[in-house]
Order: sequence, then structure tokens, then C-alpha cells
Amino acid sequence: MSTLVIAEHDNSSLKGATLNTVAAAQAMGADIDILVAGSNCGAVAEAAAAVAGVGKILVADNAAYEHQLAENVSLLIAEVGAGYDNIIAPATANCKNIMPRVAALMDVAQISEITSVESADTFQRPIYAGNVIATVQSTDAKKVITVRTTAYDAVAAEGGSATVEAVDAVHDAGISAFVSEEVAVSDRPELTAASVVISGGRGMQNGENFKLLEGIADKLGAAIGASRAAVDAGFVPNDMQVGQTGKIVAPDLYIAVGISGAIQHLAGMKDSKVIVAINKDEDAPIFQVADYGLVADLFDALPELESKI
Amino acid sequence: MKVLVAVKRVVDYNVKVRAKADGSDVDLNNVKMAINPFCEIAVEEAVRLKEAGTATEVIAVSIGDKSCQEQIRTALALGADRGIQVETEGGVEPLVVAKLLKGVVDKEQPQLVILGKQSIDGDNNQTGQMLGALANMPQGTFASEVVIDGEKVNVTREVDGGMQTLSLTLPAIVTTDLRLNEPRYASLPNIMKAKKKQLDVYTPEDLGVAVTSHLTQVKVQPPAERQAGIKVADVDQLVDKLKNEAKVIS
Repeated sequence: MSTLVIAEHDNSSLKGATLNTVAAAQAMGADIDILVAGSNCGAVAEAAAAVAGVGKILVADNAAYEHQLAENVSLLIAEVGAGYDNIIAPATANCKNIMPRVAALMDVAQISEITSVESADTFQRPIYAGNVIATVQSTDAKKVITVRTTAYDAVAAEGGSATVEAVDAVHDAGISAFVSEEVAVSDRPELTAASVVISGGRGMQNGENFKLLEGIADKLGAAIGASRAAVDAGFVPNDMQVGQTGKIVAPDLYIAVGISGAIQHLAGMKDSKVIVAINKDEDAPIFQVADYGLVADLFDALPELESKI
Repeated sequence: MKVLVAVKRVVDYNVKVRAKADGSDVDLNNVKMAINPFCEIAVEEAVRLKEAGTATEVIAVSIGDKSCQEQIRTALALGADRGIQVETEGGVEPLVVAKLLKGVVDKEQPQLVILGKQSIDGDNNQTGQMLGALANMPQGTFASEVVIDGEKVNVTREVDGGMQTLSLTLPAIVTTDLRLNEPRYASLPNIMKAKKKQLDVYTPEDLGVAVTSHLTQVKVQPPAERQAGIKVADVDQLVDKLKNEAKVIS
């Protein structure tokens, strides 16, 4: 048995999601290699080689892979992956974009966002916005899988000594091109990688009031998130959404402010280690999952909290 | 330009779905069904392209048993011109859905196919991408803006940490994210008109596709419950607990 893990990276650094995915791959009990597809991504390959428990690093370094265009990278993964039993990737926006193409090219099902490996062919995954956990068994000889990274603790980033091999295959489908990107400029950590997250919901009343979260976020080194209700109401952009259809987070500390706690939202944050809820409605469902609940008007509680931490 | 829109019949998003006590499947007895919210956004985008004069015809396709004609009629009431149902028994896996849609694409030759990024039942987020691979079409997934530019389409996508814009050669696939648009409500006259619009029914055999199964659902169960903690009296106690009990802030 052998497993190919697809590395998540930005051509300069290996993203933490890769380490959680290696942990899921270890649970499958096979030998693990990592594929780094990118452009000028030597530093990523070096970082991947240091990851504990990995056999070899395959590096496809070509301009065609610079922006992770799904049309190109999927062809590469399907070719390299042909020699493996499992191809497994983190359920990041990037890999969610690429992996179903790989599965279709190989004529196998994809098993999306697994949270548990039950056996070599059986996995658990949340469905219906996290209301239900399904156990599914695959009959495919080769398995294409994405991993909900918050379900697995990261493996050590150091201590490994994998060999690095170049892959020469160049696939440029020639039907898509990168135009531009707007990366949200922020001194704060990225939502899915932050150790503290503070999120606002409909109770924030408008986008302006999200400023109340910023002072606390600055003091705690936290990322700022939002519930789908706050996004739907137009308070904040969708890239801040925590929930089944947004980002899945599992920080050490999650502070939910003015969030009622719809299952859609809970599915995105319930694996957080410590959950704090601040809400003036003492019957809000969020209190049923919170370690510490504070029934208070957020417009009083937030300035006080900021001054006392 | 012809636009194909895929719509799926799913449990209404307001319904809280539960696993049956015996764990055999989810309990869908007498629950309200609706068009998948992301598919509704896809229909709206296609209709807007037609209203802008960019699209000439909007075709709504759904895959499932006869009941999914209801969602096709919803799409027709929102402004799609005609419908196609591919008749299957019960649910089929995303890979098969993608193959059936590929069959429809081959028949209709649309320049643009718009789908929801995921359905709120299976939460797979696969079908659009799989169709892209099978039809050798480029894809703009998780779209928040779609701009047709001659032989190309520029798609702005929601990615981790920001937005990315790609230029795709038509014909292309777009899958919708929440912020692409706000779907309209169907007016009563349009609902009446939709009943008279053309709706063709194909079988998988008509499209040359074998309905296969790659996955078996072994069981379903409710998610692990998280224990409720305590209520704190005030901000002082909260800060004290976080510092000294949970030790998550210093």
C-alpha cells in the first residue's frame, strides 16, 4: 500500500494543512510520499523532506504549475498518482478545486472531507452541514480523498529525512490562465491557521461594529471570522465565513460573539479546544457547545474584555 | 451563447436533518424539498447573462427521479428557457452525475455551464470539477464574479485568504459561491408560464452512460456531542477562567 499526499503551499512555504493531511495518511497505514507541484518551489520541497514519517518528495517544478491551475495540476496528479493506492489532499480551497478533476480523470469517486479513517477502504465524513456523520466504504481500487484538516493533529514538521526527486512531467492544458489575485492584506494570522479566532454574528448588527472585535484580536493575535448570517447580511466578506460552507477552524480558543449557533456554524468550529460564547440571549444554542458562556450585551462586554486582557 | 445550468433537488435548508435511529440513513420522511441554494444562485447568474444580452438561451438540467421536475420548473419560473431531466432512480454519485451532465453537454454544446459549488445534502463539492475533467473544459470554481469577454470568461474566485481571478477559454465551467448574486423570487405569472415551457426527459442510456456505484453508505450517525460548559457571571470571571483554568491566554 502506498499513499501520495498533495502538498499545500504558496511556492515559498509549506502550509500547515499538509501536516494534518500526512497525519490522516498515517492513519491509513501505508507508505507516504509527498507531491509538491509548483514553480520555483525548492524551499517547499526542502520543508516537505523534513516532515516526519515521509519516504520521498516528488517535485514538479514548472511555470505551468505556478498558480495551481486545476486544469494543469490535475493532469500531473493523475499521472504521478497512477502508481499509488491512495491520493490524499487537504480540503483547502485549492485542493477542493483540483482533486475532483483528478478523481474524474482516474474514473474513481472522490471521498470529500474525511474526518476519520475506519479501515483501508472505509471513512467517516460529515454530511447535511454536519448534522449527520456518514460512514462510507469505497469499492474503487484507487482512492482520491480530501481531509478535513481540523480532524487531525499535525505531524511534526521536523525530524524527517525524505529523499527529493524531480518529476519532469509538464502538463499545460492551455485553456486557463491566471489573471490576478487579491490577498487580503492583514497583520493577523490566516483564519484556518490561527490559534485564536474571534467571530461575529448577526448580533454585531453591521459591518462597522466588527471594529469592536479588532482590538481584542490584536491583543490575542487572533484571526477574525464571521457566521454565515453575518455574511448573508452583508456585514463582512464571505472569506471570513466560518461554517460548513465556509472555513473549518479548530483553534485553541474560539470566541463567538453575537452568534446564535446554527448547526451550519457549529460544523465549522466545534473542534476548537476552548469555546467562549458571548450572547445576550441566554437560550442561544451556542451556549450548548461553549466551555464558557457569558450572557451579556456584546456592546458592553467587548470593550470591557478588550481592556482586561 | 447557450448556457446550461444544473440544479439539484435537496432538503430545504431550513430543515434540520437527523440520522434515523437504526443508523441506516437520514430521515427524509415528509421533509420539505427545495432547489439547492447554490444551484439557485447558478440559475440567477445564467438568467442575468440572458438579460444582459450575453446568453441567448438558458437550459436548466436536473438528474433524478420525476420529483426533480419540480426544481426544473422552479428554474424555468426564475427565467430559464427550457428544461432537461435525466431520469435516474434515487440519488446517484457525483462522478455519475458528472458523466450524465457530460452527455447533456455533448448534445447541447453550451458555451458556459454553471453549477452550484456544492449541494447542501452530500456536501461533496465535486460535480463541476469532475464535469470539467470529463469534458476537458476549464473551470472557475467558488465564483464571486463572472465576466464574459469574447471567447473567454473571467472568473473571480473565493480562495483561502482572498480572491483570485482566472481567464478561461470558452466553453467553460463555473461553480457558484454565496456572494455571486442574490437570487430573485419567482413571480406568480412566471410560475404559471414555467408550466408551459418545454421539458425533455432523457434516460442515462440515451446519453450512453452506465449508472455505476463506487461508494456504499455503511451507516449514518449523529455527530459527537460537545458538553456544555459553564456560564460565567461577568467579564472578570471570563478572563480569570481563560487565564487560570483553560490557560489559553496569558
